[in-house]
Amino acid sequence: MSIAVELREVSRHFGEVRAVNRVSLAIEDGEFFSMLGPSGSGKTTCLRLIGGFDLPTDGRIFLHGEDASDRPPYERDVNTVFQDYALFPHLSVIDNVAYGLRMKGIGRQARRREAEAALKQVALGGLGDRHPGQLSGGQRQRVALARALVNRPRVLLLDEPLGALDLKLREQMQIELKGLQRRLGITFVYVTHDQGEALSMSDRVAVFNHGRVEQVDRPRELYVRPRTTFVAGFVGTANVLIGEVARRITGAERPVSIRPERITFGPPGAGQLGVAGKVVDVQFHGPTSRFEIDVDGVHLAVTMANRDADTDVGRPKPGDAIELSWPPEAMVELRDSEEGDRAEQGKLATPATIDERS
Amino acid sequence: MTESGGAPAMGRRLHRRRAGDAVSTFFYRRRRLYLWLLLAPPLLWFGVVFAGALFALVWQSTYTFNDFAMQVTPDLTLANYRALFAEANLDIVIRTVVMAASVTIASALIGFPIAYYMARYTRGAARGLFYVGVMLPMWASYIVKAYAWTMILSKGGIIYWVVDRIGLRGALDGLLTLPYVGGSSLSTSNLGRFLVFTYAWLPFMILPMNAAIERVPANLLQASADLGARPWQTFRTVLLPLAFPGVVAGSIFTFSLTLGDYIIPQLVGPPGLYIGTMVNLQQGSVGNLPMAAAFTAVPILIISIYLGIARRLGAFDAL
Repeated sequence: MSIAVELREVSRHFGEVRAVNRVSLAIEDGEFFSMLGPSGSGKTTCLRLIGGFDLPTDGRIFLHGEDASDRPPYERDVNTVFQDYALFPHLSVIDNVAYGLRMKGIGRQARRREAEAALKQVALGGLGDRHPGQLSGGQRQRVALARALVNRPRVLLLDEPLGALDLKLREQMQIELKGLQRRLGITFVYVTHDQGEALSMSDRVAVFNHGRVEQVDRPRELYVRPRTTFVAGFVGTANVLIGEVARRITGAERPVSIRPERITFGPPGAGQLGVAGKVVDVQFHGPTSRFEIDVDGVHLAVTMANRDADTDVGRPKPGDAIELSWPPEAMVELRDSEEGDRAEQGKLATPATIDERS
Repeated sequence: MTESGGAPAMGRRLHRRRAGDAVSTFFYRRRRLYLWLLLAPPLLWFGVVFAGALFALVWQSTYTFNDFAMQVTPDLTLANYRALFAEANLDIVIRTVVMAASVTIASALIGFPIAYYMARYTRGAARGLFYVGVMLPMWASYIVKAYAWTMILSKGGIIYWVVDRIGLRGALDGLLTLPYVGGSSLSTSNLGRFLVFTYAWLPFMILPMNAAIERVPANLLQASADLGARPWQTFRTVLLPLAFPGVVAGSIFTFSLTLGDYIIPQLVGPPGLYIGTMVNLQQGSVGNLPMAAAFTAVPILIISIYLGIARRLGAFDAL
């Protein structure tokens, strides 16, 4: 596998703010690579640095082995699908799609033919004569995709491309995007703040926090073995236990993460760990139900599948005293995300994150 | 504030009716009436002062002027419009239109970079400074500025002084020997008149262009570059088409202001009437109001044709 995009110690400072802080990444050719993080974590700035819309304060960027750090966007072999699509309002759909070919000096007939083909590829055949203003959000999204793909870039950058679409359409587009990427074999660099989207579509995910990359891994690894308190809290739901709480409940010195679905009700079996608590709240989520359990003033989240349960009869109710247990391998030891990040993390992590020290 | 104390107080405040409430409720239920009440004064103003005056003007342009009696009689005729095509009058029209076009093109060329910089690169105080800088010349009396320019451009003026100092006097004199452009000095040349016109109308070009460029989203320019367009291509295929309504709006100002002006042609440049000075002459010293009215119809016609062409070219498609 060759490397499509490489960032070496890349930083981008805006005055005092370190939007991107010494990020190093190697994205492989043909990979679906996601950059995941909350807003302000530096993921979009990173994408803009790869696209050439912004230049790094420090560090180098390589595209297919060539140093592209100082090249303008029109000299980079990458194309971008912008967050709000950035379609040209004065051009018809077909002219929008053919724009890149026109800039390359390809003849009218040839570029029209290729643009038609690209529109068919995104299931928009026959809409070429419309103007962007006459299309729905989902259709505009597809036009933006076709406009980028028609140039046959080796790397496609996508900046929260599905952010403006409603849930159903977003799920459908996720499947289509993934299919398209697999079919074309193009490297996708995909920016999103939606961890579900990142997990379901990507080959690998980089988790951004405060301008730094906290972890780069395959989705399952990221979920099962988060390395930092931030990743554990941001990717999926986790009971992140820190400091004194961690020591009391789990006996561990370092912060630990326990996924809510790994905890079961009932006394611990042989070799298992357990605590006693009281049910505070029960939330119905369809396929699962979520229980908030108070353990000596600390809330733990527990999820149970609703596969075999048509009613809540026999399930714990708010006020019930209950025992929790989990196998030792359900606990993942974490590195503390940087001290300076603590305040922010408290807000962004799931409600199940516990931090007695703050 | 406690829950129990705060809530009822809030409730009382919400329910207390004030004097204006009845009126606003009345209009809330009668939106159309409200709209008409708002629109009536400006519509009346437009109807009477603009459209009415325009109609009176066109109507009077068909009256008859008796050369011997020096009197206007309400006998309808097209003689005034025929007279426009007399060679002397046609010269006036052509002279004015060529100047208006030159001033418009120059203003657009000078104004666009300034408008672009203001819209794209300035923020806060810097932007305010630019606005003041562009509009400041409009705060001073326009006649005073025109007179000032006659001094600036005269042989003893600062431009000649600077040109002498840097040893380019020969080049300037050479330039002034050119036909149409030149004259005995800058202040009596068409070049000088052109400079003053461009100076006077430039803000009217910059402001609408600036507004139009501001409305072009930055990510469209980025998308263009992303798709391989070099800066010049992005300018030609994205920025200019999208900002063109602003350029057209600005050019209508510079064009029609030049077509109607009667001060600058009198103060700066060679002798020879402009549409504005001709209208001034006809209605003032000659008293031939119908002919003056016929002359004012020319700019109206020219601007209409210009707008028609701009529309045909797609200048307003992006609006």
